[in-house]
Amino acid sequence: MLSQIAYALPFLAEGFALTLWVSLLVVVLSLFAGVILGVGLVYGPAPLRWAVRIFSDTIRGIPILVLIFFVYYGLPAVGVHLQSFWAAVLALTLFKTAQVVEYLRGAVASIPKGQSEAAMAIGLTFRQRLAYVIFPQAFRRFLPPWINGVTDAVKGSALVSLLGITDLMQAINQVIGRTYEAMPLYILGALLYFAVNYALSYASRRLEQRFAFIRE
Amino acid sequence: MATSSNDSPALLDIAEVSKSFGSVEVLRSVSLKVAKGEVVTVIGPSGSGKTTLLRCVNFLESYDSGSIRIDGKEVGFRDGGARQRRSERDLAGMRAETGMVFQGFNLFPHLTAAGNIMLGLTKVRGKSKGEARSIAEHWLGRVGLAHKADSLPAELSGGQQQRVGIARAVAMEPKILLLDEITSALDPELVGEVLAVVKSLAEDGMTMVMVTHEMAFARDASSRIVFMADGGVSAVGPPKEVLAAETTNERLRTFLARFRASQF
Repeated sequence: MLSQIAYALPFLAEGFALTLWVSLLVVVLSLFAGVILGVGLVYGPAPLRWAVRIFSDTIRGIPILVLIFFVYYGLPAVGVHLQSFWAAVLALTLFKTAQVVEYLRGAVASIPKGQSEAAMAIGLTFRQRLAYVIFPQAFRRFLPPWINGVTDAVKGSALVSLLGITDLMQAINQVIGRTYEAMPLYILGALLYFAVNYALSYASRRLEQRFAFIRE
Repeated sequence: MATSSNDSPALLDIAEVSKSFGSVEVLRSVSLKVAKGEVVTVIGPSGSGKTTLLRCVNFLESYDSGSIRIDGKEVGFRDGGARQRRSERDLAGMRAETGMVFQGFNLFPHLTAAGNIMLGLTKVRGKSKGEARSIAEHWLGRVGLAHKADSLPAELSGGQQQRVGIARAVAMEPKILLLDEITSALDPELVGEVLAVVKSLAEDGMTMVMVTHEMAFARDASSRIVFMADGGVSAVGPPKEVLAAETTNERLRTFLARFRASQF
């Protein structure tokens, strides 16, 4: 049994690498898109605010699985054909982006109005106020829910296996298909997901301490 | 120190400023001139428009009509009378000419005491970090907090935070310092240390407009008192004159009576 699993390890490692790669792409792309749209939601003109609000509410109201299938199987109907890998990345990124928008909005909204006013009073421009006063503070509120969201993204990436992409989940299922060793392989898979997410949570706690308003 | 605005050109010229929040008229054609070096305290019951007036001076609030000029330059609107709001960059430049100290301190919690003061110096005044640091240290020394330069706001008492707030405002070398009930959020035993700093700035000739409930301070430290009621200036003049006017001014009499009653 162990020899069979050992034999499959390189294959599992490839799947694990793909899981990390999908997660990384989704996390980075959704961070950029979410922050830009989030700033639009908080500070943009009314039409932009409405557009982002509709986008975010719609996406967050759809199960992520439906979103994945919609992008992969649905979009070809309107002429958009994506490889399964990119369809999965797009669907997960849309989902994450909507969440990042909300984290950002909440983080910025939690900064008292007096902070903006104090920044205005010393003559900072809008961009300077965001860069030096609002964002450094909002960042601290943004971080914990965002890291939570990142771990969700890593776990959620297992759904890409449903499009036949050989990520960690799919690799495990294939090895089980050959070896019938379900229990040890799922445990191994769980441990790998856990290791990644535990490392992320740990890094998050360290970051929060590093940026606390009171020194330890 | 000038005692009246008539003998020298006004540094701050508020002319017939009116403002409404919805149907509530918070400022009714308020006019006030403040000369260089004057300390003007604004008193009055809450809801009388004191704070709103102060916030109009650095355009944290807009107003519906009238004009506010500092050194002859319209604060919030473009020159030329068309009541066109200044650009974001222009507004920032105008606001840098006034300093403001807030009731709730509003220090930036992620920056140290020195960092709070240095932000405007480096980003608005374009000073180098080293230069800004030495200016910050100078002002922190002036407010008695030289040893707290590297403390975060959360590590300071309310009185200390407010003194940093004052240092942050004056370090920018504003033409006018606006003080908005700066001792109202402080424990009584911390009020003195903050007022002492304001007094020393007044002695240096800093032009100040101060909304306050500290009547003793208004009486002793200001060149003029403005009494506001119902969104308008109800009485204005040297402290003795204004406080004596309660015999003829009904609103002022009520206000002062209520004030005295609260001083057990």
